[in-house]
Amino acid sequence: MRGLGTVVGYALRESLRRRVLTVVCLLTAAFLGLYAWGASAVFDEVAPPAGGLIALDTQVLTGATLLGMAMFVTLFLGVVLAVFLTLGAVRGDAERGLLQPLVVRPVGRRTLLAGRFAASAGVCVLYVVAVYAGAVVITGLIGGFWPGSVVLPAFGLAGAVVVVVALTLLGTTLLGTTANGIAVFMLFGAGLTAGLLGQIGDALSSPTLTNVSDIAVWALPFEALYQDALFALTADIEGVTGVLVQLGPLGGADDAGALLWVWAGVYALGAALLGARAFDRADL
Amino acid sequence: MPPALATHELCKRYGDRVALDGVDLEVGPGELVGLLGPNGAGKSTLVKIACGLVHPSGGHAEVAGAPAGSPAARAALGYLAELFRFPGWCTADELLGLHQRLAGSPGASAERADLLELVGLSDAAGRRVEQLSKGMQQRLGIAQALVGQPAVVLLDEPTSALDPAGRRAVRGMLEELRRRGVAVLLNSHLLGEIEQVCDRVAIVARGRLVAEGTPGELGRPGGVEIETAAGTRSFSDAGREDVPALVAGLVGKGERIYAVRVVQGTLEDAYLRAIEEAQR
Ligand SMILES: Nc1ncnc2c1ncn2[C@@H]1O[C@H](COP(=O)(O)OP(=O)(O)O)[C@@H](O)[C@H]1O
Ligand SMILES: [Mg+2]
Repeated sequence: MRGLGTVVGYALRESLRRRVLTVVCLLTAAFLGLYAWGASAVFDEVAPPAGGLIALDTQVLTGATLLGMAMFVTLFLGVVLAVFLTLGAVRGDAERGLLQPLVVRPVGRRTLLAGRFAASAGVCVLYVVAVYAGAVVITGLIGGFWPGSVVLPAFGLAGAVVVVVALTLLGTTLLGTTANGIAVFMLFGAGLTAGLLGQIGDALSSPTLTNVSDIAVWALPFEALYQDALFALTADIEGVTGVLVQLGPLGGADDAGALLWVWAGVYALGAALLGARAFDRADL
Repeated sequence: MPPALATHELCKRYGDRVALDGVDLEVGPGELVGLLGPNGAGKSTLVKIACGLVHPSGGHAEVAGAPAGSPAARAALGYLAELFRFPGWCTADELLGLHQRLAGSPGASAERADLLELVGLSDAAGRRVEQLSKGMQQRLGIAQALVGQPAVVLLDEPTSALDPAGRRAVRGMLEELRRRGVAVLLNSHLLGEIEQVCDRVAIVARGRLVAEGTPGELGRPGGVEIETAAGTRSFSDAGREDVPALVAGLVGKGERIYAVRVVQGTLEDAYLRAIEEAQR
């Protein structure tokens, strides 16, 4: 246990000293600033609710759409952070000779891997939760829109980045730094594409397309968790407004239920265990 | 007390390339053994197996009585890789602190100061690794290998980046380790270095142990030269024990003798001979 703490501390200090976190915080502040500016401009422009046959609440529509978009950016930034914190942890560091001095210590390979996982996952979860909270507060204060569930979308985003950390960690036990980075971003892109296909399938009422998308999204559960988070954001919005806001960018809102969480947990654990096995067998 | 390091029939294949082909080697407690051999002979592979970095394809290795790679074995050893790097962002003192925690060493700041002093880096304790020269990093690497007072230290070409003064400092340091009773396996292709400090030398070529012994044993006598009035006479097959008979014989023939030299074959001769035999 003490070994694990040491490895986590090492990984965190590394990201602090290499200014990774400083750069990320500055860019994130810039993003949130831009988001606040954009949100106030958009809310100023949308007309007040028009009384008519259709009860379309433009304030809710605008707020949910903006926040959905902010969630996509949050997921994207969280994934970038997850990948860059983790992508070279095993093969990359071994190729550079950084890993061997640590591996020969009594703490062992499993603890090293667990420590890297805990540090990356911890940082990324804190990060997406903070950015998401920032976006919620900005949307609420500027436009008066508060999501139906504030907490659930945060869980979805957090789960999604943890899955990405697990995949990146598995990748780094098999691939060098660059190859792993490319592989994980390709998977991320594949997940987004699957989400987009699902939306197109919904729009065209094509059950085949929807099925393909569903399978692909569950095979890459960070996307499923993201869609679930979008759903939680908009679940309590009713009527036509509700239907319209279901369309988040790159993956429409989709209620996956508790089974998704079980699956995502098994998936992340499985990826981590496969990574541990590959690491155990590797000659360094 | 079990040997500091023992390998039995140790084999390693990378695909169809044989790196080690049945090596039996033993390093006694407190012994300083030099592992010599040309590039690609398998020296680094042997050391990496002892550290648990590489899995053997056959045979086995033990460190202080524990199977190589087990936590007990890893706790008993210190290691400096041939190609190592330390994170550029941490200071020399922080690096040693990290390894103290990883090794579970209770040494605290006194141990760090002692080790930095031993390798001559006391003034650089607060400097970041990226600000140290390669030679300084290598010395820091040696200090890192000594964290936690290991029973055996495995040094893979620890002087490759050092200037002559640095090499001499490392020799002094190895002598200090001998005084402290630490066993050392030193990989090198610098014969002079090994000849001067090692208790015993093992020569590997093409994954096999081709010669083993003290530097004196390996550097077999290279004959006797006797200066007489008629010039220098060489007796290339003779050794020190033959000198009285040779001198008596020459004196008996009426020769006048001015000097007698027993020619000592160097370790270099022995090394080249062993390597040549292995290539055949
Ligand atoms: N990771 C590896 N993959 C494939 N071959 C390797 C690997 N490491 C070492 N070898 C090969 O094993 C042999 C022994 O290498 P090594 O132990 O590094 O020799 P030395 O340290 O004596 O120079 C060499 O032929 C080398 O090419
Ligand atoms: Mg080598």
